[in-house]
This record gives sequence, structure tokens and C-alpha cells, in this order.
Amino acid sequence: MFPANVSTLNTYNDLYPDWTQREVSTGTTIMAVEFEGGVVIGADSRTTTGAYIANRVTDKLTPIHERIFCCRSGSAADTQAIADAVTYQLGFHSIELDEAPLVQTAASLFREMCYRYREELMAGIIVAGWDPRRGGQVYTVPVGGMMTRQPVSVGGSGSSYIYGYVDSNYRAGMSKEECLKFTAEALALAMERDGSSGGVVRLAVISEQGVERQAILGNQLPKFSTV
Amino acid sequence: MASVSVCQYHSGGFSFENCKRNALLEADINKLGFSSPAARKTGTTICGVVYKDGVVLGADTRATEGMVVADKNCSKIHYISPNIYCCGAGTAADTEMTTQIISSNLELHSLSTGRLPRVTTANRMLKQMLFRYQGYIGAALVLGGVDCNGPHLYSIYPHGSTDKLPYVTMGSGSLAAMAVFEDRYRPNMEEEEAKRLVRDAIAAGIFNDLGSGSNIDLCVITKGNVDYLRPHDMANKKGVRTGSYRYKHGTTGVLTKAVTPLNLEVVEESVQTMDTS
Repeated sequence: MFPANVSTLNTYNDLYPDWTQREVSTGTTIMAVEFEGGVVIGADSRTTTGAYIANRVTDKLTPIHERIFCCRSGSAADTQAIADAVTYQLGFHSIELDEAPLVQTAASLFREMCYRYREELMAGIIVAGWDPRRGGQVYTVPVGGMMTRQPVSVGGSGSSYIYGYVDSNYRAGMSKEECLKFTAEALALAMERDGSSGGVVRLAVISEQGVERQAILGNQLPKFSTV
Repeated sequence: MASVSVCQYHSGGFSFENCKRNALLEADINKLGFSSPAARKTGTTICGVVYKDGVVLGADTRATEGMVVADKNCSKIHYISPNIYCCGAGTAADTEMTTQIISSNLELHSLSTGRLPRVTTANRMLKQMLFRYQGYIGAALVLGGVDCNGPHLYSIYPHGSTDKLPYVTMGSGSLAAMAVFEDRYRPNMEEEEAKRLVRDAIAAGIFNDLGSGSNIDLCVITKGNVDYLRPHDMANKKGVRTGSYRYKHGTTGVLTKAVTPLNLEVVEESVQTMDTS
């Protein structure tokens, strides 16, 4: 599951439980959807070390630039370090250009880093945002360093449980409100089934007007099951 | 002209050539009846909480070497800058050295900017260093302080990930301490309530976790003032023995006594004074 060089030499010791030695992982369910005029991004809020929840209110929607965000999944340390590096690179690039950077540029920077250091990193990232040239865009950069644009993308350990839901419920040309509802429901379903996902649902809408953020707390999550 | 590349491999740093050898030795050494030396870990319960006027950091004082207590009263709250302190869990040497290095760099940075250092700067320096060493520096830290933007509290993990939260716990006793926090934390507490909460969280770690023990140290940081309370609470004072196993003089009767003087002559005497200047 983790790269081989992360293992500790002496293994089981009652005095130091599992979660003091395991790397912090974002477990996670993340999602991004394009709509006319922008993108809707969403994530759960759970960070785990083994079986312990290290942070139950994590913000996995990280701003890279004013209207470009990334959704982080995989190793918390790796994704935080990559996001910090790309934020710096993109900020510098934007100052050089004297204009807002393209979402594709941000995605390329992520891809460049994730592919070059693919053996050392464990990071699955979804880059989403709005730029004046091509409007709302979603690019996915999964583990291994591939980069591709998709109208809707899910990622993280919880994504496996909602591929069916997403494939059957996505329609092209949804409005902003429909996209928000679609994302919230998909994330709620994943959080219900995946042990590494949970907490609150964090959503953000990125458009020409800017960024609107919201959080849906546990008791307000959409409910599907009657049992 | 700033370069756009981020990762530069230093020619110095750690050499991991002996890791394979150590793994083989580990397997064979037990057959010979010896055990390999254990790095001293701080076991530990450390925690921090943000309250109305600042942050309160707390730590226990036990350092363990395997199942033996190596130090009954070690100090786990390290100085970073006049307004920033850092609790450390994990390998004792790693937390000590890491905090000292960042404290030194931060002082230079502060002299360069002419400003009081910010907690987020210390956080960035620590996380970038720990990420560079890919988790081999076993330092799990709780960083807290007050700067121009208010009170801040971060938890920093050995692999270099950080979380910015209103209350955090780390170390082997972190679950016990977190249970106390989740029950009683409220935003914008008063100082006395916050100190009581942190004291109780560390106490939960001390009494329910084998790797934590002894006393409770507290550090209260507000704007312009730091109270380093060591010890704040001596939760485990050494008891007074109720009886004594010593034998009184005269218990053993003396039957005979023979004294033989040894005639020793002084051959040579030289005095060399020590330079105490």
C-alpha cells in the first residue's frame, strides 16, 4: 500500500500504537464537475493515520490561484508539498505573464511534478478552475502522473463506490445548483460507504465572479438509506 | 532571477547505505541473545488549544527507552522564538535538533525582515524540512504562538503534513488527550479554563498511556507575554517510605576487634594548579 522505503524496522510494539508510525493519508473522496460558466468542486474532510482520524475537519480544496483550485487525495504530506510548490510556480508565472494563468497550465505543472517523481510520491489530484480563455475546466492528475481533461471527475479511496452513481446521474449542460446537488449527493454516498472518508462535505463554486465556498455538516447531509 | 525548479538534491545529508545491513543484523542479533539499542523516544502526550487571548501548550515529562523510563523530568516544550513555542513527540533527539535548527533560522529571518516572526513561517520551515527527509526524522510537533495575525496552532507530522486547528494532540497519549478535548473544548475560552482543559488532557495521557508520565508542563502564550509553567502540576510525586529496612547500630554483636596500621611513606608529591581563568 505504501512505498517500500516507508516501513519501520521494528514492527509491532504495544507501547507505540499503529497510528504513531503510519504516514498521514487523506483517504478521501474528491469530485469536480464542469458547468456553463464555471466548475463545482467538492471533498470530504477526513484525514487518517491508520485507523485514527488525525483531522476530522480537513480542507482538501486548496487554492492554487485566485480562480484555480486543486482537490487533494493520497498522502497528506506529498500533496501539501506539491500544492505549495505549484502555487509558487504558478504565482511566478502569472506575474511574468501579467495576466490570469490558464487552468491547463496549473494542471500541467501538477502533471510535471507528479510524473517526474512518480516513484517517490503518492498523490491523486484534481485541478479545477475558471479562466477567461476556456471557461470552467476540470483536469484529473491521478497517481502515476497522467493528465486528462474530463467534464466530471472523481478521485480518492471513496470514488470507487460512486462511479456507478456518477455515470448514471451526470448530464451535460447542468446548471450551477444542479451541479452542487449532484456533487453533494455523490460525496454523501461515498462517505457513507468508505471508512476513510467522512466528516463534512466541503463545496466550492469557481466562476468568473470568483469563488463561493460552503460546508454541509453531518446532520445536514443528503440521506438515501432508510435503514 | 529566481529559478522555477523546486527539488535540488544536496550532496550532503543522510546516507542510507547501512539500512540493509541493519535489517540483516536485526534478524540475526536476537539469535545471539543480544538486543539492538533502541533510540530514546519521548512516548509522550502533547497538546495545544487556542483560547480567547492566545494559545496554551501542554506536555508530560517522561522520556522512555524501550520499556524503561530514561528521563523522569524532561522538557518537551521547546523555544522557537519569543512568541512561538513548540511541543515535540517522537524521537527525542530529532525533536530537539529540529526545533533548534528552525529556531536559529527563524531568528536570522526575523533580523532580516525586522519583524516579529509569524507562526505560519515556522510551520512552513518545519514542514519543508521534514518533507525533505521523507519521514526519517521522527518528529511529531505541536506548534503554537501569537503573532500580528492573532493566535495560531499547528500540528506537524513526521512526513511533513500539517493541520491548522483550534485544538490538537500528538504522541502515544494523543487519543486519551483528544477524548478530553472533544468533550470539553469551546471556542473563546478564558485563560483559567483553557489551562484546566490542557492540564486535564495531559493528565488523561499520563494516567492512561504507558509511554507518558511524571509531571505536566504548560506554556501560555499571549500577545507580548509567555508563561512557561514548568512544572505546572506534579501529578506523580515520589511517595515517602513509611518504614525502613535499615538495621540499627549494635544489631550485630562484635566478638573480636584487631587493628593493623599500614605504614605507608609519601614518596613524591606534586601539585598542578588548574587554569580556572
